[in-house]
Amino acid sequence: MEQQIFHHTYENGITLVAQPMPWLESAAFSIAVPAGCRYDALSQRGIANFVCEMVQRGCGDLNSREFIEALESLGVDYSSSASLYNTNFGGAMQAAQLHDALRIYADVLQRPAFPEDQLEDGRLVCFQEIASLGDDLAQRALQKLRTNFYGSIDGRNCEGTLETVQSITLDDIRNFYDRHYRPNGLIIACAGKLEFDSLKAHVGELFQNWHPKPDPTVTTEPATHGVEHIVHESEQTHIAIAYPGVPYSHENYYLNRGAIGVLSGGMSSRLFTEVREKRGLCYTVFASCHTLKDKGAVLCYSGTTNERAQETLDVIIEELQKMALGIKEDELRRLKVQIRSGMVMQQESCRGRAGSIAGDWFHLGRVRTLDEVNQKINELTVESINEYLAANPPQSFDIVTLGPQPLEFEANGISATQA
Amino acid sequence: MEYRQHRLKNGLNILAECNPQAYTSAFGFFVRTGARDETSEISGVSHFLEHMVFKGTPNRSAAQVNLELDEMGSSSNARTGEESTIYHAAVLPEFQGQVVELLSDIMRPSLRIDDFETEKQVIIEEIKMYDDQPPYGGYERMMSEFFGNHPLGQSVLGTVDSVSGLTPESMMSYFKERYSPSNICFAGAGKIDFDKLVEDLDQHCGAWTPFSPERSTKPADYRTGFVSMHKPNSHQQYILQMAAGPSSEQEIRFATAVMSSIIGDDSGSRLYWEFLDSGLAESAGMGGYDYQGSGAIMSFICCSPEQAQENLGRLAKLQQKIRKEGITQKELNLAKRKIASHIVLASERTNSRMFSIGAQWLSEESFKTVAEIAAIYESVTLDQIHEALEAFPLDQNMTVTVGPCENLAAPN
Repeated sequence: MEQQIFHHTYENGITLVAQPMPWLESAAFSIAVPAGCRYDALSQRGIANFVCEMVQRGCGDLNSREFIEALESLGVDYSSSASLYNTNFGGAMQAAQLHDALRIYADVLQRPAFPEDQLEDGRLVCFQEIASLGDDLAQRALQKLRTNFYGSIDGRNCEGTLETVQSITLDDIRNFYDRHYRPNGLIIACAGKLEFDSLKAHVGELFQNWHPKPDPTVTTEPATHGVEHIVHESEQTHIAIAYPGVPYSHENYYLNRGAIGVLSGGMSSRLFTEVREKRGLCYTVFASCHTLKDKGAVLCYSGTTNERAQETLDVIIEELQKMALGIKEDELRRLKVQIRSGMVMQQESCRGRAGSIAGDWFHLGRVRTLDEVNQKINELTVESINEYLAANPPQSFDIVTLGPQPLEFEANGISATQA
Repeated sequence: MEYRQHRLKNGLNILAECNPQAYTSAFGFFVRTGARDETSEISGVSHFLEHMVFKGTPNRSAAQVNLELDEMGSSSNARTGEESTIYHAAVLPEFQGQVVELLSDIMRPSLRIDDFETEKQVIIEEIKMYDDQPPYGGYERMMSEFFGNHPLGQSVLGTVDSVSGLTPESMMSYFKERYSPSNICFAGAGKIDFDKLVEDLDQHCGAWTPFSPERSTKPADYRTGFVSMHKPNSHQQYILQMAAGPSSEQEIRFATAVMSSIIGDDSGSRLYWEFLDSGLAESAGMGGYDYQGSGAIMSFICCSPEQAQENLGRLAKLQQKIRKEGITQKELNLAKRKIASHIVLASERTNSRMFSIGAQWLSEESFKTVAEIAAIYESVTLDQIHEALEAFPLDQNMTVTVGPCENLAAPN
């Protein structure tokens, strides 16, 4: 499959990165604005998310309702969210509408109106997002785990708290926007049926009068680590486990990714086989690679009825520790086919590709082509993965459980009790 | 793009959309069986059987099935609903022969007792998992309240008790009543060698004995009312509402789908402006549930417990207003634009084409191309939308609410 990646960085620092997919009739964009929730002041937690909501409540010549109608009349299936590093805006549509859709987002990014009469509605939407976490027990366990593992800034969720969001004023929102919505460091990724030269000219014109702003300072807070139980009267106990991994940009990323694929990559993977298929302990169990820019983690999760939760935790930990002994040839063979197949399937979706190339550019400052990834996967051997696993055995587990009763955990020499 | 169709002597239907340009191929067995075909003694058997299908055959152990699916790098899964059970896998085209053989083989499962008892635990975990997830059994309760004693009111998952009581024998006798080749369609999309597909399926499935499964499709006698389920440790209040809707045979279902988009799409709809833009709810929406002989339109709102009573009133008022004043041409145009765009995006995924073909066979044994489907939605008129609003009044409904509120009442 031919794959061409084009990129251009404009004078003001915006990078346009694009993959033409001429076999499609659609196109998609993914915009990453360097205004993530890591820049939220402690007393204003949730402000990046609030600003993301407010820039879409009127911009350029459009009021809040006209903005949505403009997108709908173009048939844009749009989305937005704040994440740790960036605030993201995405959309997928019929290819002919891509330039017009980007024109609307040029207004969102450069000319938000911040109308006062939209502030309280916007705040209520942010409250709703906070409330939605309350009933998602798996996410609650995983969220707490990320905070413990990465520390209270790098592991934070973007929603903030009711108190902090309540305290945010329109001036705070304008200030955050003025400081963090900027062209330098902004990524516009497009994929689908597109022509790069005209797209480059169009984006250049849309954003040419936007001037760079100084890079903001970033602080971090140390991780707390450890084992924690959250008491909740639920039917299942939700078990979340983290241990150190490697970030996407690390030379060992694919070695770790390969190992985690063997652990949790398919129906014949170790966790699925040992926890679900052989013992029937759960419906859901997985491990996955999680990446920040400069560090990574392996995150595992399972939800299981309370009386079987201890056994589930024990089996998962045993399987994680067993990884240090290495993987086998047939496991690697299956994994390679799976990864190759997954990459081809991703080529059917311009939305998926736009998101991927934006992510690549953010983490690497370039895009890994299919050929390059294919080569890295082909180069993986049992020996190279096992060498990596022997040098980096899964250990130093952070655990968060959520359910009626705490579980016993001895591997770190600590027994789980309520924090 | 070429559409091909074949029926084996034993009645197994083969439908495929063959696209030589595609990079992948997707296949699936669509069985016309589900919770509506169960009796209360075997409640949950369709779904449990769906799990057991992956647990091996006389030719393969459960572990072998999983290994082979992974060896092909397949993206595979299965799902069970009120009236269908679907087994599917997407692969690179080079694996066509292999995946068709595997899917065909697992459709004649062994139901070995050890596997059966282990998998029973997984099903019970799945039931418990949903007990912890919003709307906490509210959907099952809604189906049983709305459809009453009609078979469509039966739970897909069953209960811990009903599933615990199932045996390999009771499951096998259900299998022998439902999995006739004449009751099954094999659907494919993507880069497919159709002649080889027919040849392979004839070889693997040609010996399946046909019989005539029966299903009652008599229209349901929909019920209205207001039911409150108290869930003290839930944070949010969940409101579900079902009103009569078109069945999967009725032409008016297309206009009704456009109407649902205008009123309840997750962006730019009436519910969006009323509840989401204003921050009065965490989520709100509306969608159609078409079945053979009966259908429903479900609205849902998730909001804070404090806001729930007011939102119930707002929803009722909005429904009355729409019924009285109708919708506008502008709303219709925007909805059509949005639907056209969704159709294009969905058509680019072979998996979603395969599902579309299989689902069409389940409901009407016919096939429409992407262009034909797009043309039908494009042709929907304002009059047809108003006809749908008249035929399926949203304010005559069953409401089920779940959450911490103890004293919610139907709005006046």
